[in-house]
Amino acid sequence: MGQDAGDGLISFRGVQKTYDGEILIVRDLNLEVRRGEFVTLLGPSGSGKTTCLMMLAGFETPTAGEIRLGGRVINKVPPHQRNMGMVFQNYALFPHMTVAENLAFPLAARKLAKPDITEKVARALAMVRMEAFATRFPQQLSGGQQQRIALARALVFNPEVVLMDEPLGALDKQLREHMQLEIKHIHESLGVTVVFVTHDQGEALTMSNRIAVFNHGIIQQCDVPSQLYEEPANAFVASFIGENNALAGTVESAGDGLCQVRLADGSAILARQGDAGGPGSAATVSIRPERVELDDAVAGDPNRLPAAVREMIYLGDHVRVRMEVAGNTNFVAKVPISHVSPAMTVGAAMTVGLPAAHLRAFASP
Amino acid sequence: MTALDDTQATAPGSVPLRVQLRRAERITKLKYLGLIAPLAIFLAVTFLWPIGALLWHSVDNPEVVEALPETTKLLRSWDRKALPDEAVFAAFARDLAAAHGNPALAGAAKRLNMERSGFRSQLMNTGRKLRVEAGQSAKAAVLAADARWGEVSSWQALARNSTPFTAFYLLAALDHKIADDGSIVHADPDQTIYVEILLRTLWMSVIVTLISLALAYPLAYLLATIPSKSSNLLMIMVLLPFWTSVLVRVAAWIVLLQNEGPINRALVGLGIVDEPLQLVFNRLGVYIAMVHILLPFAVLPLYSVMKGISPSYVRAAVSLGSPPFRSFWKIYFPLTLPGIGAGGLLVFILSMGYYITPALLGSPREQMASYFVAFYVNETTNWGMAAALSTILLAATLVLYIIYSRYFGPARVNQVAPR
Repeated sequence: MGQDAGDGLISFRGVQKTYDGEILIVRDLNLEVRRGEFVTLLGPSGSGKTTCLMMLAGFETPTAGEIRLGGRVINKVPPHQRNMGMVFQNYALFPHMTVAENLAFPLAARKLAKPDITEKVARALAMVRMEAFATRFPQQLSGGQQQRIALARALVFNPEVVLMDEPLGALDKQLREHMQLEIKHIHESLGVTVVFVTHDQGEALTMSNRIAVFNHGIIQQCDVPSQLYEEPANAFVASFIGENNALAGTVESAGDGLCQVRLADGSAILARQGDAGGPGSAATVSIRPERVELDDAVAGDPNRLPAAVREMIYLGDHVRVRMEVAGNTNFVAKVPISHVSPAMTVGAAMTVGLPAAHLRAFASP
Repeated sequence: MTALDDTQATAPGSVPLRVQLRRAERITKLKYLGLIAPLAIFLAVTFLWPIGALLWHSVDNPEVVEALPETTKLLRSWDRKALPDEAVFAAFARDLAAAHGNPALAGAAKRLNMERSGFRSQLMNTGRKLRVEAGQSAKAAVLAADARWGEVSSWQALARNSTPFTAFYLLAALDHKIADDGSIVHADPDQTIYVEILLRTLWMSVIVTLISLALAYPLAYLLATIPSKSSNLLMIMVLLPFWTSVLVRVAAWIVLLQNEGPINRALVGLGIVDEPLQLVFNRLGVYIAMVHILLPFAVLPLYSVMKGISPSYVRAAVSLGSPPFRSFWKIYFPLTLPGIGAGGLLVFILSMGYYITPALLGSPREQMASYFVAFYVNETTNWGMAAALSTILLAATLVLYIIYSRYFGPARVNQVAPR
């Protein structure tokens, strides 16, 4: 099956999808998923991520392009022959069957012998620690328990790929975080390939090997979580993942991976070149709140800007300082509790340092 | 109502919490009662009471007891083997003398004529002629008035009606009767029609139900699956038949299906058949019209059940490797069973009571139980038989409903109780 370079199991090539012949829900999708990888499709609603998953599952047909599984084009393979487990947003557990019957369903469809089915069902239930619930009906289970059964059902027939469509969306926050880790651990122990769809960036960062960020039917960036956070490719990714301070300006000069940006208030700062254009083009300079430096630390920094403190929010381990910087009244710095000085009070004038290494200039969206 | 723990059921002021709760909820309960009272009273007066009265008629047997009170009282303790003794004859003579010229006697005579033909004249004649001379035994006088009083069976017929209740009508509706010796036997072959009619009613209702479900299922599926804009239009078309009266629709079917009707003319004109087909005034015509009238009753419950089935169930089944038809059969179909049950039951129960459609579109062999109920009410004023047939029909429907609720009822469908 290794016809592709590397160990690509799933590949989307130039895939497009339109429902009405006018608007492309998926514009140009190119994505490789390696065997055993946990890839998350992340994006706001309407960005095309779910359509993408449905095309992979076989419930939607691409308008153009091809989808390959293990080197074989599967565009025309009906969904029941794709051998992919799927976990649905509302679990879709069959209400007229017991938990054990639900788990036996994919095995019976594959015409396995009775003893085999019984054994595999028992093993799958043990995997999600739900042995005691085999004879219950789905309505008799809590949301988290249903979620576990749905997961076990998608895994019980040892599929090559498991697809998950926002499976944790209906759970409360605590349970969701618990299930994230549980799914992550099951993935690690089984080595199964997972394609996961979510709009929750925290969920994506927690579980994924790689994350593909979707917007307007295009993958904006596909990378490991740390790269995505530290080295966003454009303004959308920078603002969608994690918190972000943006300052509008114009590129004055560029070269050597750095560029000079003139901000709205007239001050000039040096930033790393993101996807901003050449001199004269509009740019957004972006920095994470925890990379902003205040007063004492800024001495050696060439990027210094005056700031006025507007609000201070005490959060135990750190303080969020909201300031007005270069016309942006919503500029936030996260200050570790050990670095908070008595001089920081609402209304105080300060100087912020924006280290060029963590400052990026993006094309204005 | 919450079940309160006894240990904490006391509140300050020593009024038990349970009592307080009841007081607090009394107003709400009264409000609810007030909301349902008008309908409840309306139903009781216009529905429950007439139905109860009708059912009562199927066992009610007052005529003979009213006309011959003393005789029937004595006959209740008679051994029904040999002719009754002189005391009974004497009571009979007194009763007849008292009932002379009384319409009650004519009622009793009509009633007894159902048991034994010729009894009407026997009783009326005796009533007219009977004179007990001084010194003559009552028995001799009665026998002189009509010799048939010397037959034990005359008295057995009287004795069978000596109580104010009878199983006569119900048994007759099942082609049975009480023989002279008191045992229950089959009615004479020339009078056995009701079992056949009841079976025919059941059979025709089953066929109509099956055809309706078979036609309604795919339609309801389509309605539940397509976008609501198109489904609303289709739904209006499904409900369109409700806008005209049943009578108009039946008349329209006669026009359409008759030998000279457009359907037959088209078939002959196209050379598909040589002779016009007999499409009406037979069972086919009745089925066509009944299915047409009852189809919406099958579509609507099916549609509402299907609308509630998330498409992700079938998707999940397919994604788990089950081919589309198997997914439908194992997942979708079982989930629609409540709709099939409800729609089928509705159509079936309505079919059981059909009267106008078979009467207008069928031959005598298509007439259902309701036709005979109407016949006894309108033509012969035999309330007992009309009521007995209705009772049997109602009982059959109830039995089927109980079977339905056992296998398709809410408890079963929601799977609350473990298997």
